[in-house]
Amino acid sequence: MNRATPDRRVTTVVIGAGHNGLAMSRCLSEAGIDHILLERGDVANTWRHERWDSLRLLTPNWLNRLPGYAYGREHAGDDPDGFMSMEETISFITGYARATQAPVMTRTSVISVEPAGDGYRVVTSQGTWRCRSLVLANGAFSIPKVPKVSLAVPSHIRTITPKTYKRPDQLAEGGVLVVGASASGIQLAREIHQSGRPVILATGEHVRLPRTYRGRDILWWMDATGRSDEHIDKVDDPVRARRVPSPQLIGTPDRSNMDLNTLTDTGVELAGRVCTIRDGVCQTSGDLRNLCKMADLKGSRLLRSIDDWVAEQALTRSEIAAIADAFPAGETLPPTRVPDKPRLTLNLNSGEIRTIVWATGYRPDYSWLKVPVLDHKGQLRHDGGVVRAPGMYAMGHNFMRRRKSSFIHGAEDDARDLSQHLAAYLAGGQRQAVGWP
Amino acid sequence: METATQETDIQADNGVNVAALLGARDALTDAPAGARFNWRATCDWVNGTHSHSEVKGFYGLGDEQNHKTSFSFDTDHPEIFASEDNGATPVEYVLVGLAGCLTAGVASVAQNRNIQLNAVKVTLEGSMDLQGILGIDCEVRNGFDNVNVVFDIDADASRDDIEAIVAQSQKRSAVFDIITNPTNVSVAVK
Repeated sequence: MNRATPDRRVTTVVIGAGHNGLAMSRCLSEAGIDHILLERGDVANTWRHERWDSLRLLTPNWLNRLPGYAYGREHAGDDPDGFMSMEETISFITGYARATQAPVMTRTSVISVEPAGDGYRVVTSQGTWRCRSLVLANGAFSIPKVPKVSLAVPSHIRTITPKTYKRPDQLAEGGVLVVGASASGIQLAREIHQSGRPVILATGEHVRLPRTYRGRDILWWMDATGRSDEHIDKVDDPVRARRVPSPQLIGTPDRSNMDLNTLTDTGVELAGRVCTIRDGVCQTSGDLRNLCKMADLKGSRLLRSIDDWVAEQALTRSEIAAIADAFPAGETLPPTRVPDKPRLTLNLNSGEIRTIVWATGYRPDYSWLKVPVLDHKGQLRHDGGVVRAPGMYAMGHNFMRRRKSSFIHGAEDDARDLSQHLAAYLAGGQRQAVGWP
Repeated sequence: METATQETDIQADNGVNVAALLGARDALTDAPAGARFNWRATCDWVNGTHSHSEVKGFYGLGDEQNHKTSFSFDTDHPEIFASEDNGATPVEYVLVGLAGCLTAGVASVAQNRNIQLNAVKVTLEGSMDLQGILGIDCEVRNGFDNVNVVFDIDADASRDDIEAIVAQSQKRSAVFDIITNPTNVSVAVK
């Protein structure tokens, strides 16, 4: 901090130049609101540095769009049903930053944000800014959430998270305990097992989704049926809806399904959720069977709701009738095969396990946010991205406004809504109506 | 909890006051300290393996509370253990606890989903290798090595809906959690 330099002024500061910040930037530009994006590293930084090598997006290419920018249109591409590698994802997002001429300040880390006057004071590694409004687009999935039980892991076991995991050859030879069976956990379990290391997958609550259903990608169905667009204020239990873990999906060139059955077929061992580690012995829960049953029931319920939608739409829409004819209703998810007696203990001192991968979710980093907008659990208090502080907004949280909010294609609608709210806030003076735009 | 559609059109009556439960859920969300409960039991040794336990008071909602009346339970072992069989074995009480908890959950979840229950019957079996408690083989655990629970439910609902109720009941069950997950237990001598 150089006190000799006066604070620079800008109407809106957007923190983060990933797809969320850039989508918001584009909408702010359209509204004529001057702004800057502060980016700790380079555009698309998380995709560059904090994900594993083999990761591909879970959304098919045709679905990848941002305001004024879509795959196969502004972004060249001829594989609409494919899934972008990290390199392609970075190219997609940096291409967007160029196309929108987003005012990004790279290599600029935010050190603190505090209320000041009728707005905020943003201290960065490259000087201080004053702004009237602020958009938190720094990623809802940036810090791995690792449970407290990890503190009891014996020191000879190497632990790693999906943020620092890159490829299997980083790991010692020998057994690996992957904790968590959401998108990251199942993908890493698969890859690590393929590398020849025995894998035990500790499985808690999970969401089972087939990659394709009735000849279409499952996300095509989520989009077509309007499920992706469902608003958070229309769901019965928003707190729970936002906590739902990422679905068991993988983007592969052959669009293969992946679930616990495909993993156990290859030799991955299923165990329950990790509960405690006592004297080097890890105890796992006996509730695995029920959690698998719940995921089976919920997955089947989703497929039946798609069938109902198809039956209804086929009456009036020929393209849906064609799907109904070509791909009959009633495909089912085979029940998840749970071992008769899943292990309840795992001795971490026996040498069987050399590495633990904590694939137990992510949380955003708000350590620099000196504004009282976090609840007692450290979660951002907001209504559909309208943060409970004047002129402050968020982007990219799980089911923030819509079911698709945390997906790349979810940024557009949220950015449009919130940029409108932001513009109205700036026009209307200092008081902010908390609630829905 | 799927509540939005049911509140306007409730037909099922399983004798569960769901509105009160959901009200409590809302109230305790805003006042988490009130959600802290302590459950208690006292036990007197009678003779041999026979003991007599009582349950009366508990703590919750920020205050001492009492059951309407005190409940008593005799525990003993059957005659094949050379005991007098004055009551169920303690491990059978564990099954009773699990059955009561899961069944209460089934009734509550069904009510919340507006599904009428006509009859619910649960059969439980916990299996155990006595080589554990008798100290014959130190690699055999003392407790159940498996618990099987079978629900027989007659309800105005599809099989999938009934299975979903039973699954949700397990997910929200205290005793299911106590049995499936480790718990820290401190035993002291006064």
